[in-house]
Amino acid sequence: MTTRLRRVDLRGIVVPAVVVVGAEIAARVTHYHSSSLPWPSEVVTAAGAALIDGSMLRATGQTLLAAFGGLMIGASLGLVFGTVMGLFLIVERLAEVTIEALRPIPSVALIPIALLIFGLGYAMEISLIAKTSFWPVLLLTIAAVRGVKPRLLEVARLLRMGLAARIVKVVIPAALPGIFVGFRIAVGAALVVAVTVEIAANPLGLGYAMMRAQEALRPDLVFAYLFWIGIIGWLINGLLSVAQRRLFGGASRAAPP
Amino acid sequence: MTAPSAEPPLIAFRDIDVAIGGRPILTGINLEIYKGEFLCIVGPSGCGKTTLLRLAAGLLPPGSGTVSYEGKPVAGPQRDVAVVFQDYGDALLPWRTAAGNIALVYETMGTPRAERAERIAAVLARVGLAEHADKYPSQLSGGMQQRLQIARCLAQEPKLLLMDEPFGALDAITRQDLQDQVLKIVADSGTTVCFVTHDLEEAIYLGHRVVAMKPHPGRIAATYDVDLPYPRDQQTTPEQPAFMQLRRTLLEFIRGAET
Repeated sequence: MTTRLRRVDLRGIVVPAVVVVGAEIAARVTHYHSSSLPWPSEVVTAAGAALIDGSMLRATGQTLLAAFGGLMIGASLGLVFGTVMGLFLIVERLAEVTIEALRPIPSVALIPIALLIFGLGYAMEISLIAKTSFWPVLLLTIAAVRGVKPRLLEVARLLRMGLAARIVKVVIPAALPGIFVGFRIAVGAALVVAVTVEIAANPLGLGYAMMRAQEALRPDLVFAYLFWIGIIGWLINGLLSVAQRRLFGGASRAAPP
Repeated sequence: MTAPSAEPPLIAFRDIDVAIGGRPILTGINLEIYKGEFLCIVGPSGCGKTTLLRLAAGLLPPGSGTVSYEGKPVAGPQRDVAVVFQDYGDALLPWRTAAGNIALVYETMGTPRAERAERIAAVLARVGLAEHADKYPSQLSGGMQQRLQIARCLAQEPKLLLMDEPFGALDAITRQDLQDQVLKIVADSGTTVCFVTHDLEEAIYLGHRVVAMKPHPGRIAATYDVDLPYPRDQQTTPEQPAFMQLRRTLLEFIRGAET
């Protein structure tokens, strides 16, 4: 089996290209003008200007920093609690009601509390992203730890491995492919919550930049940021899926080269 | 290989009863395995052979009766008792190479780092995997994976090697090859072996003694000494009268046990 990085299928670009070019032609033919819907060419111009003057990259850096910080905190806690709950049924039983009660609370609904505790800035945004990314990592870690083959645990028992060695050398590596799926879900959710918090409250990052553009009556710039967020999300997902194949496609199930 | 002696047994089962979920699995088991002995356990499926092995490994406590190892009751797994499972695919760590799988034993036993590489190479060489140290289990054939699992058990330097239908999933040629390798390893190291199989000829070919079990509930029905000299030979041993006679006896016994 060759390690084949799936190429981007260029046919996937046909639909968006037709829509964009079609919209541009329609706008030019009808001389359409509105204060809410810009021409595609205006969006491209606005994006180019924002990229060149650095404002878009600065906002991107802020959003990614908050998302990354929150993700690291939330995913680490999810991994620790998920492993413990996956290994010890009693802990999961004890925590079950608490988890099911807390999990459905939307992160956005916690903005007021986060503001009271942390004020504006990175800390409040990071805390909400951590809360969001905690759940998928927790739940998938529990499932992945439960799913570790009993035979492997027996091998660990027969060698009389200590609890720490058993977790680090057997349970976590065996559960890692499942845990990584949870991590990928958490990454997607972290970006969504980061931008949402920035739009709703926090004067940072891409969400806030969009709000500023809207207040300045710059729909071209609003759309430019919107598409930029889409591109960032697509890139991150692409990177993660390459990482997933590299990490778990090779060592764990590769056939001879 | 030394024959069974008059010394105290290495492992002894005394009046063992095991029930799982209220259903009796084993009843009235009395069995001794002596140092240096190669004991084979045969019987139809459901006769509790594997359960017996798990008791010896300390993976399962008996419902009543005692299992004693070197005169002391078995309270849990011990590092000088190693188990080779049939499902080698699930028993190996797929994210570690062949050498890494062996290293797990030395890491756990606290072998000095400096000695590990040499000992890993030595133990892989004993099962003929010296060339494959850097391969992952998924890159090895079934027979090689099972040899790797055996190598990992040998790294524990076991006094007692428990083997649970280790060659049941392998093709005939590979199986014969591994049978001879195990006999050679055991002859070289003097390890005591308890080998579970449902293959009568395999049991006779390998063992000093063959224990035949009956199901529902699992119990020991008969014990036979195998009166054949070591080293044994895939070609000539099965042609010996003693081999053929014991095979007939066991076949009749198994037919009787199933009806």
